[in-house]
Amino acid sequence: MSLPTISYRPKPFGGPWVVWGGFALVLAVVPLLWTSSFAQTMLSQIGIAIIACLAYNMLLGQGGMLSFGHAVYSGLGSFLAMHTLNLVSAGKLSVPVSLIPLVGGLSGLLFAALLGWVTTKKSGTTFAMITMGVGELVWSMSLMIPEFFGGEGGVSGNRVVGQAVMGISFGPQIQVYYLIAVYCFLSTAAMYALTQTPLGRMLNAVRDNPERVEFIGYSTQNVRYLAFVISGFFAGVAGGLGALNFEIVTAEVVGAARSGAYLLFVFLGGATFFFGPILGAVLMVIALVLLSELTKAWLLYLGLVFLLMVMYAPGGLASLIMMNVRVAMFGKLRRLLPGYAGLAVASVLAFLGASAMIEMLYHLQLNAALGPVMHFMGISLDAGSVLTWLGALAVMALGVALFAWRQRSFSQTWNTIAEEIEHETKMREAV
Amino acid sequence: MSEFAVELLDVHKRFGKTEIIRGAQLQVKPGERVAIIGPNGAGKSTLFNLISGRFGPSSGQIKLNGQRIDGLTPFEINRRGLSRSFQVSNLFTRLSVFENLRCAVLWSMGYRYAFWKFLSRLDDANARAEQVLSMIKLDRRRDHLAMNLTYAEQRALEIGITIAGGSNVILLDEPTAGMSKSETTRFIQLIREVTEGKTLLTVEHDMGVVFGLADKIAVLVYGEVIAFDTPEAVRANARVQEAYLGSVLADQQAGGH
Amino acid sequence: MDQILINLLNGISSGLLLFMLSSGLTLIFSMMGVLNFAHASFYMIGAYVAYSLTAVIGFWPALFIAPVAVGVMGAFFESTALRRVHKFGHVPELLITFGLSYVVLEVVQLVWGRTPLQFNPPELLQGPAFTLIQTPGQGLSVALGAASDALCQGGAQCSRFPLTRAFMMGVALLMLVSLWLLLTRTRIGLVIQASLTHPEAVEALGHNVPKVFMMVFGSGCALAGLAGVIGGITFITEPAMAAVVGSIIFVVVVVGGMGSLAGAFAASILIGLLQTLPLTVDASLADAVNRLGAHVGPQTPGWPLLRITLAQAAPILPYLLLVLMLIFRPKGLLGTREG
Repeated sequence: MSLPTISYRPKPFGGPWVVWGGFALVLAVVPLLWTSSFAQTMLSQIGIAIIACLAYNMLLGQGGMLSFGHAVYSGLGSFLAMHTLNLVSAGKLSVPVSLIPLVGGLSGLLFAALLGWVTTKKSGTTFAMITMGVGELVWSMSLMIPEFFGGEGGVSGNRVVGQAVMGISFGPQIQVYYLIAVYCFLSTAAMYALTQTPLGRMLNAVRDNPERVEFIGYSTQNVRYLAFVISGFFAGVAGGLGALNFEIVTAEVVGAARSGAYLLFVFLGGATFFFGPILGAVLMVIALVLLSELTKAWLLYLGLVFLLMVMYAPGGLASLIMMNVRVAMFGKLRRLLPGYAGLAVASVLAFLGASAMIEMLYHLQLNAALGPVMHFMGISLDAGSVLTWLGALAVMALGVALFAWRQRSFSQTWNTIAEEIEHETKMREAV
Repeated sequence: MSEFAVELLDVHKRFGKTEIIRGAQLQVKPGERVAIIGPNGAGKSTLFNLISGRFGPSSGQIKLNGQRIDGLTPFEINRRGLSRSFQVSNLFTRLSVFENLRCAVLWSMGYRYAFWKFLSRLDDANARAEQVLSMIKLDRRRDHLAMNLTYAEQRALEIGITIAGGSNVILLDEPTAGMSKSETTRFIQLIREVTEGKTLLTVEHDMGVVFGLADKIAVLVYGEVIAFDTPEAVRANARVQEAYLGSVLADQQAGGH
Repeated sequence: MDQILINLLNGISSGLLLFMLSSGLTLIFSMMGVLNFAHASFYMIGAYVAYSLTAVIGFWPALFIAPVAVGVMGAFFESTALRRVHKFGHVPELLITFGLSYVVLEVVQLVWGRTPLQFNPPELLQGPAFTLIQTPGQGLSVALGAASDALCQGGAQCSRFPLTRAFMMGVALLMLVSLWLLLTRTRIGLVIQASLTHPEAVEALGHNVPKVFMMVFGSGCALAGLAGVIGGITFITEPAMAAVVGSIIFVVVVVGGMGSLAGAFAASILIGLLQTLPLTVDASLADAVNRLGAHVGPQTPGWPLLRITLAQAAPILPYLLLVLMLIFRPKGLLGTREG
């Protein structure tokens, strides 16, 4: 299926006030709709993740810089924020707790300024490897300097310091959530604003054609370096909020797993649109918190979904959404719905079959002591029986075959619609 | 202030063991429009790359308005007032036509790496970009992504990006390559308009274009400038005739034109 | 003295293993422009597949078959997944191999479990290759195989160099020589040499490009698989083995210079030594400074950094080298191409 490139940037519905107002509203109202403490924890983490992912996308989506080590900046931000918090608790410094995340931000900025010059000397795949090397460097140092990194147990702290101001002590999770929400809103607005400035636009230019940039008077490395430093600031802010939220910081916050998570989820969410990383952040928290509880195979599912995305939808979820929004704006979405329904059924079948087999495999491998019978989506499956396996395989094969069949006619409909839209766009311009 | 806009003084360029430019000598006065012609492989694009800083000469000096620019980076040279276009359109593919032009304008207007100003408020930059947009006649395609333009439109945008910054010395590398006769004629007119009063160096193969556009012609053969004079004088130059006739004969023998 | 010599040999053998891995990576990168993030994953698969094969057909046949199997897997991945992504550019290619590394890790853990495996070397490769005996007053002597207990008593120090490591060095050197012969004496070797510095030239040569890509990728993975078989018996075979070696080989490739096989060799040995030699040095900066007369102690500012011994700092030295290289010589030791 050929996916048309977007040459159409729809203006936000109702204009910027509606969009930003809506965003602020959602941030403010959502914990009142889901009031359980679990929901509050999730929402807090989502808020933090949004800032981190948007900061990461400044490099990936806007600058074309693939980093494997961005957790360094958010992580160091966390550590410095935590140390500052402890100094405040001990009475040696007086910084309001609500400003601790800014300390994180400044730390992120400082380290990005220090390490960034060397990192941005190169581009493309070499840049990626350098970020990995720097990430490993910091990670290895974290084991060597327990005074700063807290050793095995990490560094913990208490966000409740001194007297509550107007009833706000940041003890209850809901108060931390609203602090995170404020930072999230402000950071998102700031990072969006950046995309509308000369530096932001030149960053895009560097992404599209780093060579030409030099011939119109700009130093490519300077542009990349500045973007790296600013991205480090926001990553540090996210780190600082994390320190307050969890009240403990361990060495894993600078580790390769976290850096990999940023990359994975920003890409899944969609690096080519500004709101893509926001989707990615939500997915990230859902996957890490919920999915990992549901099934032991979550990392495998994630890896497979990622592979499929890279092959078939490199623009991520955001691009898939926007493609359909564009079709909807021309009033043609209805024609795709039957096709989507067919594909959805096929996908569900294929997924159920494959997932059953994966879960059975994991069950046999990890829970062998419990016997071969396991629960999958409410049904009992005997993982030891060949029939069960054949059944699962058959379901998956059916789903795949169905998908291949429906995909052909869906592609045709899609391509027809794409041509019609091209035609209508040309007509509109000729007027 | 030097009397020459662009000077090449005994410039040599070697790639490994092969010498492409073997002692090129050229002195272009401000406001002159020079066409650089020569057989394939003579080193015309290499010369442009040397002048614009894409790579540095192995030896020799290159001067812009009397100042040495050999060995400087492309952006340093651009900031001193020289802009170039590319033979293969080198655009910002995922930005719109208007954005492409605006980017080309930003440094010359002093906006540098500003992240505290909004692009929409930069009235002078926006006005200049609009101006160039209508000069290259791409008003209709203002918001289209550069990668979705037709070939001729991309060439026009390529020129737009080159002149938008207001450089006084413009280098155009085969601007009309791949264009039809009618497109070429329109393009020449465009080039004449947008490079009004500037020093122009252009590499061209189309003789009609050359004679229509240039005050002077420089003939580059095997990395040397063998003639640099008015079109009529160059036409009559024996060395040029030999170089061209020789290459034309070789082409004919190889079953060329 | 004996300890130092053994450490030197350990460092060199580690370096040669790194070279086996980084040569495959460099070849794939040079010919296809793809940076195979999952290269260490294929290394891991090599070890695990060899482990299973050894149980069935014995180690020596497995030594030959496992790399081939890994190469086939690599070729399969290239033809089904990687091929689709070529047209999107180099970043998506890197991303897809990144995704593969996650999937491979999970599948390996699924099939073989999460705990380290008992992958024992075959009879022939067990025990030490030779023993260095340092007798006080009589200097250094060498004994083939394991020295008898009698020789190692009474103040004499014995250091053993394992056969597995010696075998590793042997295979690596053999591979090095074969690679050198291939590159300089055969036609395909000339093509590879050209592509190391001018990859576009390969495209213009009229070969069946997709097939060439598949074979190059498969060969690179086979080399990694071979390294995995040997690494598996010398070191621990466990799911973490990919991560342990993964980031180091990227450092090797950047330090050596992107696209340079000779550079990869030099950098591999250098980094292999850098990882092992410092392990014997228990002195820190503070110790060194104190020996010169200063009095540096826990009260001195910066003590956490000063008291780190070289042995403790060994893991970060390669990364430190990377950063220094980038500052002072960005194109690497022997780099000829811009990354």
